[in-house]
Amino acid sequence: MLHIRSVGRRFNTVEALRDASLTLQAGDFLALLGPSGCGKSTLLRLIAGLDQPDSGSLDWQDGHQPQRGEIGFVFQDATLLPWASAADNVYLPLRLAGRTRDEAAPQVHDALRRVGLDGFEAAHPRQLSGGMRMRVSIARALVTRPRLLLMDEPFAALDEFTRHRLQEDLLSLWRDLGCTIVFVTHSIYEAAFLARRIVLMTPRPGRIDHEIASPLRPGPEARQDPAYAALVGQVTREMARALAA
Amino acid sequence: MKFAPALFGIAALLAWEAVVRIAAVPEYLVPGPIAIVAAFLADPAGLLWSLGSTLLVTFAALLVAAVLGVALAVAIASSRLLAAAIQPWAIVLQVTPIVAIAPLVIVWVGDPFASLVVCATIVAFFPVFANTATGLASAPPELVDLFRLYGAGRFATLRLLRLPAAVPYFLTGLRISGGLALVGAVVAEFVAGSGGFGSGLAYRIMEAGYRLQVPRMFAALVLLSLAGIAINAGLSLLAEAVLRQRGGA
Repeated sequence: MLHIRSVGRRFNTVEALRDASLTLQAGDFLALLGPSGCGKSTLLRLIAGLDQPDSGSLDWQDGHQPQRGEIGFVFQDATLLPWASAADNVYLPLRLAGRTRDEAAPQVHDALRRVGLDGFEAAHPRQLSGGMRMRVSIARALVTRPRLLLMDEPFAALDEFTRHRLQEDLLSLWRDLGCTIVFVTHSIYEAAFLARRIVLMTPRPGRIDHEIASPLRPGPEARQDPAYAALVGQVTREMARALAA
Repeated sequence: MKFAPALFGIAALLAWEAVVRIAAVPEYLVPGPIAIVAAFLADPAGLLWSLGSTLLVTFAALLVAAVLGVALAVAIASSRLLAAAIQPWAIVLQVTPIVAIAPLVIVWVGDPFASLVVCATIVAFFPVFANTATGLASAPPELVDLFRLYGAGRFATLRLLRLPAAVPYFLTGLRISGGLALVGAVVAEFVAGSGGFGSGLAYRIMEAGYRLQVPRMFAALVLLSLAGIAINAGLSLLAEAVLRQRGGA
C-alpha cells in the first residue's frame, strides 16, 4: 500500500533519518525496532503525514493519498482529553469529521466494546487505570476503521502484566479487523511477539539496517513457543551486530 | 488544625483590645476592636452602601478583564504576529502603576463609574490574560498532532482542545484578578475621590480620615478586607466546582 523511497529527515544538526526505504503491504504487522534516536518515531510521523521528509518520497499505491480517518495513531501516552468521558474521547475523530453524536454512537460503542471497555462509556480518564486509558486511546484510533494503524511505543509505560494482555488483544484486533499496523518499539520481546516483519533500525544517523520475517503463528500461545525464544535470540544477536557496525 | 486561624484571630483581637485599654491609647491613634465595631454599628447602612458601590466597580472590572483577557489570549494564541504585537503592551500595562495613570483615565473617560471600572480593569487584566494564554498553549503536542491528523482546522482545535485545556489556568488567573480588581477599584476611588466625586469605601475612608473618625476608618478597612477574602473564597469555590464537575471525579 505504501512505498517509502530513501527518505531522509534532519532537525537542525541532527540527522534523524537517512536513506530509509521500506515497502508496506496491506495487512502487514510491522515493527520498527531500535534504541532511542534511531529515527523510528520520525519515520512513523512521516508515514502519518504529520511531518515531511527533506529527501526521498512516500508513494501511496495508485497515488491514493490517505484521507482523514484512514490512518489511526496511538501515542506512547494515552493522550486523552482529561475533561471528556471515554465515549467522548472515542467520538473525537468522528466529531472532527463532522458526524453528530447520535450518528456516531453505534461506532463509538463498537470501538469501546472491541477493546474490552463495555460499560465504561461515561468514565473519565482519571477514573481509569493506565491500561484502560490506553485501551480508550486504541478505541479512538479504531473508531474511524482506519486502513493503517500507527503505534508509537503504546505499551512502553505500562506494567508487564497489563502489557502482555494488551499485546494479545492487539493481535486479535489485527486479525479481526484486517488493518495494517506499523508498531514502533524498543523492546525486542514485544517486536518478536507481535510483528510479522521486524525492521531493525540503528541510531546516529537513524537508518534501517535490515528486516527479519517472523516464523511465528501470531497468538497468545506464541509466548511459550520455542520458536519465539529462538526469534528473540536471533533479533538480539542481529541487533547487537547492527549496533556494533 | 482547622480552627487554628480562627483561634489565633480571636486571641489577637483580645490582646489588641487589652493593650489599647491598659495603655489608654487614644481612639484617634489606634481604636480597639470594640470601638471599631461600634463605629460600624453607628452607620451600617452608609458603610455597606459604600461597600456595595465598590463591589459593583470590582465585579464590572473583573467581568471586563475576563472578557478582554480571554479574547486577547485567544488572539495571541492564534497568530504569532498578534502575539508579537500585543504581548509587550500587555506587560507595559501590567507594570505601569495605576496611581500614576488613574488621573488621566478619569479626565479622559469622564463618567465617574466608567473611569473607576477602566482603572480597576487595567489592574485586573494581566493575570487572567497571562494565565489563559499559558493555558491555551498548554495542550500536549501529541493531541495537537492528533487534531491535525483528523483534519481539524484552527477553530475546531481551539474550541475542542485549546479552550478546554485553558479552563483551569483561566480560573487561577480569575482568582488573582478578583483580588486585584478590588485593589484597583479602591485605588481608583482614592484618586477620583480627591477630585470631588465618589461613593465607594475608599471615599468613606478618606472622609473619616479628614474628620479624625479613626474607628470608622478602621471599620471601612475591615469591610474591604472581608470583601477581598470573600471574593477570593468565592472564586476558589467556583474553580473547584467547575473542575470537579468536568473532571468526573
